[in-house]
Formats: sequence, C-alpha cells, structure tokens
Amino acid sequence: MTYAFAQVGYIVATVLFILALHWMNTPDSARKGVQAGVAGMAIAVLVTWAQPEVINHAWIVIAIVLGFGVGIPLANVPLTAVPQRTALSHAFGGLAAGLVGTAKFYLWYGEGAGNLTTFRMVAITLEIILGYLTFTGSLLAAGKLQEIKWIPQRPVTYPGQNLINGLLFATAVGLGIALALHPTAPWATTAFPVVIALSLAFGVLLIIPIGGADMPTVIAILNSYAGLSAVAMGFVLDNKLLITAGALDGSSGLILAIIMCKAMNRSFTNVLFGAFGQVQQANKGGEQKQYKGETAEGAAQVMEQASLVVIVPGYGMAVAQAQHKVRELYDQLKKKGITVKFAIHPVAGRMPGHMNVLLAEADIPYTDLVEMDEINPDMPQCDVCLVVGANDVVNPAARTDKSSPIYGMPIIDADKARTIFAIKRSKNPGFAGIDNELYFSDKTWMLFGDAKGVVGELVKQFAGESGMH
Amino acid sequence: MILTFLQAAEPVAEAAGHGATSSGEFWSLIFVFVLSSFIGLGVIRRVSRLLHTPLMSLTNAISAIAVVGAILVAGGHYPLHIQVMGAIALFASMTNIVSGFLITNRMLKMFKADDKKAGGH
Repeated sequence: MTYAFAQVGYIVATVLFILALHWMNTPDSARKGVQAGVAGMAIAVLVTWAQPEVINHAWIVIAIVLGFGVGIPLANVPLTAVPQRTALSHAFGGLAAGLVGTAKFYLWYGEGAGNLTTFRMVAITLEIILGYLTFTGSLLAAGKLQEIKWIPQRPVTYPGQNLINGLLFATAVGLGIALALHPTAPWATTAFPVVIALSLAFGVLLIIPIGGADMPTVIAILNSYAGLSAVAMGFVLDNKLLITAGALDGSSGLILAIIMCKAMNRSFTNVLFGAFGQVQQANKGGEQKQYKGETAEGAAQVMEQASLVVIVPGYGMAVAQAQHKVRELYDQLKKKGITVKFAIHPVAGRMPGHMNVLLAEADIPYTDLVEMDEINPDMPQCDVCLVVGANDVVNPAARTDKSSPIYGMPIIDADKARTIFAIKRSKNPGFAGIDNELYFSDKTWMLFGDAKGVVGELVKQFAGESGMH
Repeated sequence: MILTFLQAAEPVAEAAGHGATSSGEFWSLIFVFVLSSFIGLGVIRRVSRLLHTPLMSLTNAISAIAVVGAILVAGGHYPLHIQVMGAIALFASMTNIVSGFLITNRMLKMFKADDKKAGGH
C-alpha cells in the first residue's frame, strides 16, 4: 500500500517536473513552471519522508533547516554572481550524489555478500565518479568565477596534461570495473576510497586548464554531470523518479553545452582539453595599429542622429555593473524616438543567458533583447552599434582570419553597422589576447574607460542637452 | 564501463531474490532513462533562449531530487556514520532546492514584455 502510494506520488512529481520545463518555453508561462517544480519537489520529499523505513527524523529536520538557512541567502546573491552560484549548486548536487553512493556501498558491504550485486556496484561506481568529480570541478569553477585570490584565473597548463588526466581517469574507471566484478572482495574497502580520491582529484584537474571564456560551456557540462549522477543514484536505489528527474537535468545541460559549443564553433573535446585562451602571442610583433578615440560628447551627437541603435553587451558590462546605466541610456534614446535593440550573443558573459538576466534586472523589456541570428540581417541598417564590454563576439577576424583562434565562430556583425562605438576598459587585447580588427575599422571610434563610467557620461550628454532645449 | 554495465544484467538475474534489482527491473530502469532523456531533449530544445540562465537554476533545483535518496539514507535504521553521510547529502540537496527555486523565481519576475507604458519612469 505505502509502496503504491509512493509510486503514485513519484509519477505525479515526474509529470510536474516535465511541465515545469515545458512552461519555460516563454517568459509568460515560466513562473508557472517554477510553481510546478516546487509542487513536484514537495510531493517527492513528503512521500519519501512518509515511507515506513524512514524512522530517524532528527537528522532530516536538522538537515532541512540548515538547507533553508544556506539556500535562502544563496538565492539572493547579486545577479552578476549567478554564474558562481550555479557552479556552487552543481557542486552541492555532485556532493549529495557522491555521499549517498558512498553510504550505500558501506551499508551493503557491511550487510554481507548478497546485497552488493555487480549491477548495483556498477551503478554506485558511476554515481561516485560522476558525483565527486562534479563536486570538486564545480567548486573550482565557482572559485574561478568568484575570482578568489589563490585560485588561478588563467588556464593552468603543463606538458602531458591530457595524458596525466587520462591516466588518472582510466585508473579510476579500471578500479571501478574491478570493484564491480568483485564487489565483496576483502580489498574492496581499500579500493573504494581510492576511486573517490581519484574522482575528486580528476574534477580539479579537469577544470584547472579552463579559462573564463569557456565557462558557459563548462557550467553547462557540469550541469549535465550533476543530472547524470542523480540518474546513477536512481539505478543504485532502484528509484525511477531519480532517473527521470536526473535525465531531464542531464539533457538540459547537454543541450545548453551544445548550443554554447556551436556558438563558439568548437567541439566538446576542444573545450575540455584545448585550454583555450592560454597563450595567444602569435601576432605580437606585427605593425602597431592605431585606435581612434572619441569623447562621450561626440558619440552622443552621432547617436542622436540615428534611427536604429544596436547595443552589444558583453562580460565587461557585467564586471562594471553597467546594466542600470545602460538602461538609462536606453530610456534617453527611446525618448528621442530612436529604436534601440540589444544584440545577444549566446556565449556573451560567463553562463548561458547571462546577459538577458542582467538586462532584465535593469528593467529592459525582453522584447528588445534580440538573438544574434535575428539581429545580424538588420545590422547593415543599423546607424550606431554600441559595444559595451564585448570583445571576441564582435571580432570580424572570426569570419576572415584563418589563423585566428576564434576563426569560424559565429559573431554579431557589428562591423556592418554605419558607425561603431566600442567601450573598452584599456588598450590591452581581450580575454583571449586576440587583437580585435573591429577596433581598427574606419567606422569605429573607441570610448576608453570603465563601461559604467562611459555609459554614464553618454547619459549625461543626453540629459544635459535635453535640459538646455 | 558500459559493457560491464550491460553484462551486469546477467549475474543479477542469477542472484534473483536479492533486493529489487532483478534483470527485468534493470531493463525497465534503462527504459525509463532513455525515454525520459528524449522527453528532456524535446522539452528543453523549445525553452526560450532568453531564459537559459533561469532554466539552469530550475534544473539545478529539479536535479536536487537526490534529496529522495538522502532522506532514505539519513532516516533509515543505519549506523551513525551512514546517517551522517545521508544528512550531509540531504543538506546539500535541500540547499539546492531552496536556492534553485527561489532564484529562478526571482529572475523570472524581472522578465517583462514591452507593454508600452507611456513615459512613467
């Protein structure tokens, strides 16, 4: 009876989870999706808690209270910190899966030979490898995104890196297979912690060579791993709800990772093992090209004459927290009857959809946020393109320069606009150390300074001048 | 690894009677996994690109379904160290559930269409 009761609850929860994701297809219905998700989760927790074999409630209450205690502040971080928060939650997901797998192993091992079947042992091994490598890998990714001092931001590479990583992973898998074949051997309790240690180490080594520009893809891949570790837990515990919910999460991470890879014209293996953006000093000795600078006053005058202004935001906008100033500029331009659109590149920022959330926070209607593929045909009609802290995603070298590391990556055609203003913090090349041809184009004028400051200056020009009229 | 996984079905069948993982059960779990992956791919592909960040925090919360396993381990009649592992896992999952749903809701509240409010600001 209780079994059937639990199964019905789990089926309802599964349906609610699928609906939750389905309702994310438009911003209008998305909040209904969250409610469905909450309902599904509440049912799953209560139904499980009501199982007769759950008898120790003290631990459960303490853990849930602590979960709320940490979860609520984590939900209220500034939106620029959302990538770190996401990475951190992947770490928690990995840790949970790893610990449940570990607990189940020692439990079944202690209870004698019958329980630890080969099938269960394979599932446990998968669960702990995925869980623990997601745990340390995501922690490191979160640390990199948070720019914690003692964690290197730049990719760390050394000779034979992929070989060492490969050997480490192969050892973990090999031990896992040995364990699966002889789950009750006396050496199993020695081998098992070794697999855990190797997985923890592998997670760190996997993320160390990855730089900031690749974070959107890596976060998506870790998302997928966190889901798959829940699936493995489902196999261990013979629980179909874990399998379905984990598979939904796994496929979501996979799709996001594919979108990110396509948006950078790179493959999974290249992202994970390519150490993008480590050293790019190829055209260091080339001729010194000259930037053309412009003042906020001059830029404002040109913008005033425009009928279509396209703003291309990038990670620089997030770093400078410039989204609210951008919104003021948007208002000023709109007031003058100028059409303003935002061109969003899929990998702008540090996680999928990062720019959309920041601009939505600044109260810019999502109907003015336009995807790269939709805005590109309009770019030749664009009078002014304002680049706010974006770099590689508007670099025309991606179309023309075969020697460029970003060659083949789809870009926003900022260079096709009639006039381009690019806000840039310094005269140094961008993250990947690649010179951006856009900045040297005849039509481009540079506005040097912090994104927030420069956009503020522009706003002041418009505000001051409308006051004088 | 996958091969071992598949071969695992056979010995399990021989060892029938131990737990719920009989061979048929194993295949039905695989079935569920494959089908739900396809549902996931179909549903996620239609999610608005605007919402990829909230999508990620929502799936974070949903994958914290590991909470189910954690409750069973933390609340069962087991040795203390097992319960503690379960409790930590439960804490980690609960944190993801709470922060995942709350932040998703917080972000989604910000997405507004341009309902041409005249001036106003």
